[in-house]
Amino acid sequence: MQLELSEEERAFRDEMREFFTTKVDEAIRQKVAEGRELEKDDLVEAQRALNAAGLAVPRWPVEWGGQDWTEVQFHIWQEEMQRACVPTPLAFNAGMIGPVIAHFGTEEQKKEFLPKTANLDIFWSQGFSEPDAGSDLAGLRTTAVRDGDDWVVNGQKTWTTLGQYGDWIFTLVRTDPDAKKQAGISMLLIDMTSPGLEVRPIQLIDGGYEVNEVWFTDVRVPGENLVGELNGGWGIAKFLLGNERVGVAPSGIVKRVIARIKGLAEDRFADDPLLRARIAQLENELLALELTTMRVAANSTEGKPHPASSVLKLKGSVLQQQVSELVLDLAGPGGLASGAGDDSDLTEWQKVAGPLYLNLRKASIYGGSNEVQRQIIARGILGL
Amino acid sequence: MDFKYDDEQDALREAVRGLVGKAYGDYENRRQATKDDPGFDEKQWSRMAEMGLLGLPFSEEDGGVGAGPVEIGIVCQELGRVLAPEPFLTSVVLAGGLVSAVGTAEQRAEVLGALSGGERVLAFAHDEPGRSWSASAEGVTAAQDGDAWTLTGVKEPVPHGARADLLVVSAALPGGGTGLFLVDGDAAERASYSTYDGTRAAKVTFDGTAATPLGDAGRDVTASIATVQDITRVMVANQALGAMQFLLPTTTEYLRNRKQFGVPLATFQALTFRAADMYVSLELTQSMVDWATMVVAKGDPGEVADAARRVSVQVSSAGRHIGQEAIQLHGGIAMTMEYSVGMYTAHLAALDHLLGDGGHHLRELAGAVTTYSALDPLD
Repeated sequence: MQLELSEEERAFRDEMREFFTTKVDEAIRQKVAEGRELEKDDLVEAQRALNAAGLAVPRWPVEWGGQDWTEVQFHIWQEEMQRACVPTPLAFNAGMIGPVIAHFGTEEQKKEFLPKTANLDIFWSQGFSEPDAGSDLAGLRTTAVRDGDDWVVNGQKTWTTLGQYGDWIFTLVRTDPDAKKQAGISMLLIDMTSPGLEVRPIQLIDGGYEVNEVWFTDVRVPGENLVGELNGGWGIAKFLLGNERVGVAPSGIVKRVIARIKGLAEDRFADDPLLRARIAQLENELLALELTTMRVAANSTEGKPHPASSVLKLKGSVLQQQVSELVLDLAGPGGLASGAGDDSDLTEWQKVAGPLYLNLRKASIYGGSNEVQRQIIARGILGL
Repeated sequence: MDFKYDDEQDALREAVRGLVGKAYGDYENRRQATKDDPGFDEKQWSRMAEMGLLGLPFSEEDGGVGAGPVEIGIVCQELGRVLAPEPFLTSVVLAGGLVSAVGTAEQRAEVLGALSGGERVLAFAHDEPGRSWSASAEGVTAAQDGDAWTLTGVKEPVPHGARADLLVVSAALPGGGTGLFLVDGDAAERASYSTYDGTRAAKVTFDGTAATPLGDAGRDVTASIATVQDITRVMVANQALGAMQFLLPTTTEYLRNRKQFGVPLATFQALTFRAADMYVSLELTQSMVDWATMVVAKGDPGEVADAARRVSVQVSSAGRHIGQEAIQLHGGIAMTMEYSVGMYTAHLAALDHLLGDGGHHLRELAGAVTTYSALDPLD
């Protein structure tokens, strides 16, 4: 049991801090700090800056650009990145399809896709959920039927985050309609410029268009774009979702927002003990989460997630939501001005407080809803 | 950064678990041990002394073992896990800790040697009727006549106050501040009673009672009391963690085995989801307890005070959550004295209120919230 970072870990942290605060565009980080929406170009530029330094996809295998780090180093990397307001490398690329291709893909697929995926030359979208297949993902109905060397895909995906920017989409499709539901699923990589593929935006309660429907009408996909075994897609999906939960707790982000609140509300602290208590409470819960992240990181071996990683998802999402709620409260009546332009006398953070609060309701739904996490804990850990 | 116990620490845990498990693995034994005064098993206390547990925190020249907070925390966790009623926390960690922090070399050797050997039980007589948690004394006052000191006033509740061979007593000093004194147990008037978690406390009355200053006579030691309280808070948290670590599996086992409507209770998601939330509370608490224990090991009193507050806030809410849900998920059986779960919840409540509950500590944290920008547990 030892609290302090070792000398090497400390040096590593300083190195990360130095890089993130000096080598990633200041304007982009400022946008993140203020909770403003990022353009595609921002995401691409930030990820390329990281990738040039080998910091975009550290969890990948070393031969494909990963780092041979300890779990503590991965943790420090993430914390420092969030602390410096650097946009996290695109999850679809760095956290999802990259590791899948590295693990299940053919040599050709690895060579073709991995470098471009790391560098965000390809902007990936995720084609998993469907209107009738949300938490019950195996209920998906989009089909792929073999026709010569190609697959012909028909159906509809939904909740495709940032699909409007997507170049390619990794898609779970039903390739054996007669098998029982998990057994007949495969993963296909689909070029989003393919004829018959259409992206339709969905407006969310924050007013923005973060997610989309993706429609497939007789979309032809080359046979070599199958990932892994035919009808082996469910195993791949489980692998991918398992990775998704590792390091998912946004403790660095929450911490940054709390620090910001303190700056914004400085003049209100003196005569508002309730506000102080709320912040103290949130900070304490965040500390418990951050320490749990470290404990999980320190006790994880060989990339296998600690069983407590569901705790990180559950608690991390709730804290993120609670902090956004506090920010909206602090914005006061000014928070109503979400549609106000530059001539408004209200501050930027007040204007975005409401939409952010609404937007973050998603945090307890995506990545395996918090109810799914409870089910994982109850069944997988507690044996219930 | 490392959250793992080393081999020696694991061995200590196994040894302690063996000792206390043999005594209290069967909950009925705990019930029997707390039925009559002094509310614990004197023989078990001796066995703990033989194993060296009672001298863990004290230096070797004072007759102890010189172990660190991680080791002490392990003992507390294991005691909490079986709800052992022996007064390790209040006698060894708290009262012994004060003697260690404030006593003269001679006092330390004499008192801590006897405490480590299991020959003398100590109690800290500090709380006073009408006052909340504090590091100072008001209601008991010290008077000086030449080299002779006397105490007057009431301390209550004093954990294990009636059983104690030696009382460590806090008292308001004539020149201001709070001093500590040693008083033979027999020299004070003591009235013992049970506490709701089955142990004992007492009203201890001093009426011009002769007392020996602990350490330098007349010195204000409020800060030392506060620090020893903070260290004890972290050990309270360790003990509470042990109790919570018992409650969760006990509850899940019950959900698996107990049938209603012809099916196991674990069939009902309304129940299993609540068990999952208990797990979340427990994991978060474990992290905070490990962290706070490591902060004690670093030894900076300011950092220890902060960590003690933070872990107390977490343990307070988690202890309530897990304890209350353990009872609710069991149903009526957990309301009985015969079954363990209710008493664990009682003990968690008692620990919560021993040295300041969650609200008390949150108030302190809230007051200081503007003095820093962000917390960094690694700095």
